[in-house]
Amino acid sequence: MNKKNNTRDSILRNDGFQTIIASLLCILLGLLVGYIVLLIINPSGAAGAISSILKNFLYYPSAAAATKYLGTTLVKASALLMCSLSVLFAYKVGLFNIGAAGQYVVGAGACLYCAIALHLPWIVCLLAAVLASAIVGGISGALKAYFNVNEVISCIMLNWIGLYAVNMLLTTVKEETTPYTKPLSSANSSAILPTLGLDKLFSNNKFVGLGLIISIVMAVLVWIILEKTKFGFELKATGMNKLAAKYCGMREKTNIILTMMISGALAGLGAACFYLTGVEQWMVQQTSVPSMGFNGIASAFLGGLNPIGAIFSSYFIQHITSGGSYVDKTMYCAQISDLISAFIIYLCGFVLFFKLWLNRYLDKREEKQGMKAQKGGEA
Amino acid sequence: MADYAIEMLNITKRFPGIIANDNITLQLKKGEIHALLGENGAGKSTLMSVLFGLYQPEEGEIHKDGRKVEINNPNDADALGIGMVHQHFKLVECFSVLDNIILGVETTKGGILQKDEARKKVLALSEKYGFQVDPNALIEDITVGMQQRTEILKMLYRDNEILIFDEPTAVLTPQEIQELMTIMKNLAAEGKSILFITHKLAEIMQVADRCSVLRKGKYIGTVDIKDTTPEKLSAMMVGRDVNFVVEKKPVKPGKVILDVQNMTVASKRHKNNAVNGVSLNVREGEIVCIAGIDGNGQTEFVYGLTGLEPLKEGKITLHGEDFTQMPIRKRSIKGMSHIPEDRHKHGLVLDYSLENNIVLQRYFEPQFTNKFGFLKKKEIRDYANRLIEQYDVRSGQGPITKARSMSGGNQQKAIIAREIDKNPELLVAVQPTRGLDVGAIEYIHKQLVAQRDAGKGVLLVSLELDEVMNVSDRILVMYEGEIVGEFDPKEVTVEELGLYMAGSKRKGA
Repeated sequence: MNKKNNTRDSILRNDGFQTIIASLLCILLGLLVGYIVLLIINPSGAAGAISSILKNFLYYPSAAAATKYLGTTLVKASALLMCSLSVLFAYKVGLFNIGAAGQYVVGAGACLYCAIALHLPWIVCLLAAVLASAIVGGISGALKAYFNVNEVISCIMLNWIGLYAVNMLLTTVKEETTPYTKPLSSANSSAILPTLGLDKLFSNNKFVGLGLIISIVMAVLVWIILEKTKFGFELKATGMNKLAAKYCGMREKTNIILTMMISGALAGLGAACFYLTGVEQWMVQQTSVPSMGFNGIASAFLGGLNPIGAIFSSYFIQHITSGGSYVDKTMYCAQISDLISAFIIYLCGFVLFFKLWLNRYLDKREEKQGMKAQKGGEA
Repeated sequence: MADYAIEMLNITKRFPGIIANDNITLQLKKGEIHALLGENGAGKSTLMSVLFGLYQPEEGEIHKDGRKVEINNPNDADALGIGMVHQHFKLVECFSVLDNIILGVETTKGGILQKDEARKKVLALSEKYGFQVDPNALIEDITVGMQQRTEILKMLYRDNEILIFDEPTAVLTPQEIQELMTIMKNLAAEGKSILFITHKLAEIMQVADRCSVLRKGKYIGTVDIKDTTPEKLSAMMVGRDVNFVVEKKPVKPGKVILDVQNMTVASKRHKNNAVNGVSLNVREGEIVCIAGIDGNGQTEFVYGLTGLEPLKEGKITLHGEDFTQMPIRKRSIKGMSHIPEDRHKHGLVLDYSLENNIVLQRYFEPQFTNKFGFLKKKEIRDYANRLIEQYDVRSGQGPITKARSMSGGNQQKAIIAREIDKNPELLVAVQPTRGLDVGAIEYIHKQLVAQRDAGKGVLLVSLELDEVMNVSDRILVMYEGEIVGEFDPKEVTVEELGLYMAGSKRKGA
């Protein structure tokens, strides 16, 4: 009896298990709050709206259509996953890369310009995106390392600089009659990422391909770097105690810059994996930074700051974000989907709190059990 | 019955895997100074946390003036008149003394602070106990001793009856310690009850009326100070007899290992240099000790020596090789080990496991990292286990214990194991026994002497005169960033050293 209790407790104490439970709780709570808000706005459509958000591509009755849109969600999720990896990698080194959004934008600008204006093949466009984003990340890193400029401030400013610079750059390659960049399929089809036959699995969704694989590989790679290598050991030590890292001879300044560069490169790679499929064209009159990078923050936390966890959390967040577009627009205004997914994403940040509460509860229970056992012994 | 101000009766507090307090009884009489003595990890901090309502004990009761009380949080403790001077002061640096004293109990009228009355009360208290504190001075501008008095005034201002002093003398100069002892006696004479947590037996003998001893979470006993001796107390604390005198063979210094010429380091706090033209050397097989009162440039000297801060001027050579501009990692590889002053700030990555901390200076070596940059986890585990056993580093879960959860003494042992096992040519040890108990101090002194006997050089920076006198082969006194005297410990008295440390005497350089 006691033994059974112990194994159950040790599972409950397991960090990975706690993260999963906490993440699921956050999701449920987010859905509940979202539902309540929908009820307040318009009670009759609330249930339908929530189920549309959760159903996402299952909205389509035909299996073929559903699989096709699953593919599109996956393409977007892979970009989100990269942003999420970007955030969590920096976070492990004690840096809050809120600039993933801007790095993502710069990556998008670089790869689209290389593809449409310079007619370069996809691999070059991809590398250009990685390089450009790494430089943007590196700027924040260098400012932090040498002048102790808070990376949050410099990242936010660079987000806007990046957005408007990219808008200007891509105006040179936009279609004449619309504010969108020329579609890759007509402008330079050699810049489109190879599908590797994956499109066949998703009802010939031609956007699904290499990007999906790159993102999963990156998640595993980030995990390996952080957990298994000397480099990761140094980075984490620097993140946890910069002074101790300096004391034992780690080059903490170089590490900070390198981290932000890698972090930026991941976000840029995400942008390349997204825009080089041709799934979306860049709108050169955008006045807000695309939310992909910011959702990456939520996804990183929902995944318990674990690269493997980020794979699942990124998919989920993208799932509800995409699902939001199916909400009945006659009952709710167009922004409702964003609002609901924002609620859920916001609550995702509470994973750490839930873990704390769970541990406190377990501690209390253990104390009580200890007392009971003691009393039993006395009697 | 009611002659006890506070009684903690049969307190038991368990944590997963450990009983921190096992049936401990502590009775504090009114108007007495009661010392609480115990090694690190003996359970003193836990017991105080219980008294302050930070932890709830599984068993036991707390009585105040003979009546049972419930203390569920620090506010309850405050309401019962229990106050504490923490080892690390809880003061707002950029506030004045007065502001710090009234913080949390401000009198206001219509939302406006009323400081005049508070100022009068503080001045009256300060006069009554002979504190000489300027209520308008900013905390960052006054000495550590004055800061401590501010903490004491905080308790008095709140009319606390039970005053707890947690290791109050660790940061003070010998003169300040004497003044504190007088203050404590005055407070007790006024009817305040004082609980005095310390490792220093001499202070207990001087000031306390009674002493309770804890060992490994258990209550060992309470003795009247007039019926005991330091030897008896330390035997109670560690459970065996402790050798106070460090045994060592006569010194046989060899070639010069470390040579420092004219080192100057800028200060971060003021415009003058923190270290001003210091020259010294350390030879094979000797322990050179830099003595001095805290804040006289010792910290900056070590930063300059180990590469944590750049030098303004000067030259460092180790075995004839120029170290002046060398990166920290290279200094470490070439034989300089550094036991840092602040183990939490520099010495450990607290959220890393013990094993990761043990390889913190060596993880990059081929024995721990393969040529592709992957860590060899098994080798790291084996190495950590060997050091844990060899240096008797105790922890809850062995190599995977988080450094944060270990006791201070064992954290220090882990650092010492790491630094000594590197087999350095020169060991720079800065206050290696700070805040440790007698048993751990004895152990660390033995390790230092072993290094010396193995023909290595040891540079010890210490604020403890006992340590300076017992361990070193040569004493250098540092005052305001300069070396003001060099002594043979056999030929100098503590009083003489004190005069040099306080700057009232100096030898012509």
